[in-house]
Amino acid sequence: MKFWDRLGAIDRRIIYTVIGLAVIIPLVTKLTFPIRVSDTVRSAYHSIERLPAGSIVMISIDYDAASGPELQPMLIAVLRHCFKKDIKVILTGQWALGLPLGEIALNQVAAEYNKKYGVDYINIGYRPGYTALIVGIGRELRDFFSTDYKRVPIDSFAFMRRVHNYNDINLLVGLEAGATGDAWVLYAGARFGLKMFFGATGVSAPDLYPYLQAKQIEGILAGLQGAAEYETLVNEKGTGTLGMPTQSVVHGLIIIFIILGNLSYFVLRKKQK
Amino acid sequence: MILNIIGTWLAAGLTIAIFSFLYKDNPLYKFAEHLYVGVSAGFGVIYVWAFDLKPMLIDRFVSEHGVERWILLVPAILGILMLTRWTEKFAYISRLPIAFTVGIGAGLGITGSVQGFLLPQMQATLLPLTTINNVILVIGVVTTILYFYFSHEFKGASNIILRVAIVFIMVSFGASFGYTVMARISLLIGRVFFLLSDWLHII
Amino acid sequence: MRHQIPLIVVFITGVLLIVTFFIPHEPFGGLEQRFLIWYSIVAGFTMLLGLDSLTRYHLVKVRNQKSGWGYSIVLLLGLFLTLVLGFYSWAKYQSPFALGSPFMFLYTYVIIPLQATMFALLAFFIASAAYRAFRARTTEATLLLVAAVLIMLGRVPLGGWLWHRIVDLVDLIPGTHLAGLKNLEIFARINDWIMDIPQTAAKRGIFIGATLGGIVMSIRIILGIERSYISGS
Repeated sequence: MKFWDRLGAIDRRIIYTVIGLAVIIPLVTKLTFPIRVSDTVRSAYHSIERLPAGSIVMISIDYDAASGPELQPMLIAVLRHCFKKDIKVILTGQWALGLPLGEIALNQVAAEYNKKYGVDYINIGYRPGYTALIVGIGRELRDFFSTDYKRVPIDSFAFMRRVHNYNDINLLVGLEAGATGDAWVLYAGARFGLKMFFGATGVSAPDLYPYLQAKQIEGILAGLQGAAEYETLVNEKGTGTLGMPTQSVVHGLIIIFIILGNLSYFVLRKKQK
Repeated sequence: MILNIIGTWLAAGLTIAIFSFLYKDNPLYKFAEHLYVGVSAGFGVIYVWAFDLKPMLIDRFVSEHGVERWILLVPAILGILMLTRWTEKFAYISRLPIAFTVGIGAGLGITGSVQGFLLPQMQATLLPLTTINNVILVIGVVTTILYFYFSHEFKGASNIILRVAIVFIMVSFGASFGYTVMARISLLIGRVFFLLSDWLHII
Repeated sequence: MRHQIPLIVVFITGVLLIVTFFIPHEPFGGLEQRFLIWYSIVAGFTMLLGLDSLTRYHLVKVRNQKSGWGYSIVLLLGLFLTLVLGFYSWAKYQSPFALGSPFMFLYTYVIIPLQATMFALLAFFIASAAYRAFRARTTEATLLLVAAVLIMLGRVPLGGWLWHRIVDLVDLIPGTHLAGLKNLEIFARINDWIMDIPQTAAKRGIFIGATLGGIVMSIRIILGIERSYISGS
């Protein structure tokens, strides 16, 4: 009886320690697992893959450092894909505290592919306004972003001279930690016909599936697994792929904890009856 | 290079300070927590200046001419009136800019919701009931909508609608929970990766 | 008048935004765009609203030396330092986010670790909560539990590894040749099916209900029936 009692009441610090070790050991031992690519990620990948060189992709940083571990690998993988295909990138965002993460990733990946600022990519920065901004850009981008994030007029950059609104943008990639993806779908997608796919945290991703089934979005990259799958498709291993073995081990451990807790519950309940 | 090393040690120290909360609330955690709030508040001010006031208002005021210049006083005044919320005596004046933003939000919301969500989602539910997946999807959507219809009590045989809806809702919540667990673990992996790789150079 | 003018403003702006959806031509289209730009400008000021109550609270705490006032000094110093570094970086590097600027140093080595670690703590709490509270007490709870476990298995490579081990185990039975079944990736397929069909159905039903509620609320706000946003100020 005591054993079953104790099994259902393991001290939380023991659980914390076990979880901590379960994260550290696979990372240190460099455990590997093959990554299976899902249809939702494959579909997102193809929406960039079929774009010709010189196309324009807008990436919206709608997350901050709190969701960085999940979404930053996605951003890096998408940027690598775009630069491999000589696709121009416009970086913007609806979350002010996330834009610097976008700048960090842009600089890192651009250097890998010898891409030049203003020629191959641009960071137009952030403006408040949320839905008003999304609708307003549909008419004229310059009404909100007359300069880039360094206060240089965007018309100074050759490829930006032909970008006025969503008609001149081939695809939007939204990296979502909250409900901003809904705003992109409702306003940019439905009203202006902009094609898009989303990378989302595990918390936000389930809410985007109705849009996918209704074909309002091209695909979803969900959580760190989504990042790992996209890295696999782009053939560039990153922190997404590196983190999946650890993710697997911890998931297994949590499932074991849940089973132990329920075992204790059912045995004690049966004994009480 | 030296700045990177100092910065990495600073970041590692702050990370460990926050993690120390797992043992119990302590001065190190409280220090880090208050620092976070202060720095975040400062960020807000810098953002408002660098990405709103300067480019959208001040630079435009300087570069525009005639009516286009002076009409910018309207949002500037509305913005300043918003700040009257700081005072108790004049806080009622902030109702004007709030009304402006709420009105725009409501107007955009109606058309956006209908065009961007209601119509496409309903259209996507109008599926031929020729496959088992389509049948399940349609039944799931209809029963879930009816579950939240509180103006009519479902009794007897119609109670089965609620029971079916609960199955779908519970599966959905279970899926969301599974994804949430995945999300939280990923965040932990990110921090531990930083500590082991960037700080300790173990991996 | 204090109530009437805001209600008139809400009505005019709300109706205008609806009318311009159907009549995007001038002058409505230009007016809509102007209002959207103004909204963007005014929205920036709302980010400053919380600053007053935050600084006032902590300044009072320091002045009266209430319990924990030392931490309030940390907060105020952090705020001040961020402002100084931010404006300096903006002036010298044309943007506070220029790589190499002091502001980016603050962001990279203070904001990122603090913000990310705050949320990383949740991993421990969710594991502990799942263990303690996730009990199959009722049919509904069991459904939720089973769905969560299947998702946790199928979403990560663990599901694939487990399926391969199950197939290997069954293959040990003499006469069975089931190695080809490994490609089925059962747990991943179950995960995909749950997300694509029942989860989507339930979420769509929930969001349709919420959207209808949101539309009704917006109409009530525009017509002045709902006035909670102007009360209390």
